[in-house]
Amino acid sequence: MKAINIKKITSQRLFLPIFCLALVLLVNIITTPNFFQISVRDGVLYGYMVDIINRASELVILAIGMTLVVSASAGTDISVGAIMAVSAAVCCNILTGGERAATELAAPLIIGLLAALAVGVLIGCFNGFLVAKLNIQPMVATLIMFTAGRGIAQLITDGQITYVRVDKYKLLGSSLPGIPVPTPFIVAMIVVVVTSLVLKKTALGLYIQSVGINKRASRLVGIKSVQIMFLTYAICGLCSGLAGLIASSRIYSADANNIGLNMELDAILAVAIGGNSLGGGKFSIAGSVIGAYTIQALTTTLYAMHVSSDQVPVYKAIVVVIIVALQSPGLAKFRKSLAQKREQNAKLGKGAA
Amino acid sequence: MNQKKQMSQKKQMNQTGFLLMITILLFVAMYVIGCVLFKEQGFAKTQNFLNLFISNAGLIVIGIGMTVVMITGGIDISVGSFVAMGCMMLSWMMERAGIGAVPAVLIVLATGIVFGLVQGFLVAYMDIQPFIVTLAGMFFARGMTAIISKDMISITNKTFMGWAKAKLYLPFGGYANRKGIMIMPYIYPTVVIALLLLAAAFIMLKYTKFGRSLYAVGGNQQSALMLGLNVKRVKLKAYVLDGFLCGVGSVLFCLNTLGGFVEQAKGFEMDAIASSVIGGTLLTGGVGNVVGTLFGVLIKATIEAFITFQGTLSSWWTRITIAALLCFFIVLQSVLAMVKKKK
Repeated sequence: MKAINIKKITSQRLFLPIFCLALVLLVNIITTPNFFQISVRDGVLYGYMVDIINRASELVILAIGMTLVVSASAGTDISVGAIMAVSAAVCCNILTGGERAATELAAPLIIGLLAALAVGVLIGCFNGFLVAKLNIQPMVATLIMFTAGRGIAQLITDGQITYVRVDKYKLLGSSLPGIPVPTPFIVAMIVVVVTSLVLKKTALGLYIQSVGINKRASRLVGIKSVQIMFLTYAICGLCSGLAGLIASSRIYSADANNIGLNMELDAILAVAIGGNSLGGGKFSIAGSVIGAYTIQALTTTLYAMHVSSDQVPVYKAIVVVIIVALQSPGLAKFRKSLAQKREQNAKLGKGAA
Repeated sequence: MNQKKQMSQKKQMNQTGFLLMITILLFVAMYVIGCVLFKEQGFAKTQNFLNLFISNAGLIVIGIGMTVVMITGGIDISVGSFVAMGCMMLSWMMERAGIGAVPAVLIVLATGIVFGLVQGFLVAYMDIQPFIVTLAGMFFARGMTAIISKDMISITNKTFMGWAKAKLYLPFGGYANRKGIMIMPYIYPTVVIALLLLAAAFIMLKYTKFGRSLYAVGGNQQSALMLGLNVKRVKLKAYVLDGFLCGVGSVLFCLNTLGGFVEQAKGFEMDAIASSVIGGTLLTGGVGNVVGTLFGVLIKATIEAFITFQGTLSSWWTRITIAALLCFFIVLQSVLAMVKKKK
């Protein structure tokens, strides 16, 4: 293992994503010396690193769902942010019993949570039906929910922010008593482990990839392409619902306008940065998870450097373009042609000598 | 084989024509319903019809750009942010930097072209997904807007205001008001520019070599390459054209809003995409029509007018209605495609 040469390492699938994440983190050694410090306050871990791990949780969960969707259908689900808003609205509305603010639960917590997840799955199924059954391009199909989602969330909450001021509800977004690690991180890790196990231990992962590579051929060898595609959208909906719950629990309210805002973009970026082709086919969950942490690390780094939140997107855009350009097929071709030229030159040189 | 292909192409054209017809019919139907429902409030006035154009001149121009890019099989989600940046640039240059209105407008147009060049280069020559490239463009432009100024800037430049307030009265469609004075309906120069660009784009797409090569590249990149088209250059040109139209669109938008702020034109890209899709453009590329896009924009404008006239409905009903319409059109498209396949 130790004797692997550099070329072998750089040709690894996950090399670039990990390299990018490391690069982003390394910048902090110079700019923010106390970036890697972690302290314990009130039995909870504090520090920039913890913040990254904590804040990235929703993104990690979304990125997992998005990866499956991208892999199976060669398209993106742009409705995930809107689904987050709807599921948060449903949950809070049930917990407050239709009021706009509540200090006591009107219904058992578990019912609210399950209802929110169910709504996520339901919207995911709607998307899946449009994409898999009706053969609509994924982006157009999910554009419907992207446009309508926040409107529906407003409809549920009467256009106001709905507060659930109950300690039990805040647990999901903060930390459980006695455990120093933030709950969102634990939830995200559970999702990662469960999905990886399901994909590894069953043939589902293989099926999804084969559907993404060639839908028709997969159908001809007996894989139910339509069902697999439908399933990925349902899973993506479930993931979005869960992410919506966490986001809502963080602020113990449902804000239809702001929960999950622009999250769909970050989730797609996470998938792309993770080295997954947006053209479908082969995927790596690990890559997407690393991609999600890279994006959050970038955001936190910029905040630590005192860049105002309005201006963060500029730097984000530049870094993203660089990272994606590094992985682009265009650059790979260019490098190849350069290498070929060099080889030719070397041969010529030899010939001359 | 060849004949079959020609046949299917003919059918495809018929299908696009059919979708376009439905879009136009829907618009007419909605407008007539509006006229009946809100008769007392004056929905049927010529001026109200013209207002649909006046408030959406920018969107029409940007919709053209979006359609062009979508025909090549790409997408541009940076347009909303670009409009915000363009408006902010205009306001900042005229109010804070003391640059005249004409150079300011030219600078914004040039920025649009450069923006399109960069995005087009990344898409065409670096082979990066258009969605990702323009996503980065979207972040960049929105962030740049905040870097230029975080506060709202209102425009007071006299030349610019002159352009914005120049009413062009139409020679027909007037009505007498209560005092018996004839009031003629008017439009702003922005509408004229938008419609001229629309006509130019229509002619370009239908009759020029570049226009046809856009369809060829979007329809099948491989065949376009084999036919000897420079696919990469066509794509690059499409994005440059789109960038230029974004520049024009943001100037028109600014003439309407007369100011710049960070949150401006949020969700504009989705309006443009929705208008194109409702107008019959396919995201897979190769099919599209700017006339359809115009009616897509008008349908959105009519829904907004409905909600304004109705008075009690919240603004998010616009979004839900547009989504329902999108759903209707998208399902219709796919059903038509399936019927065609079965034949």
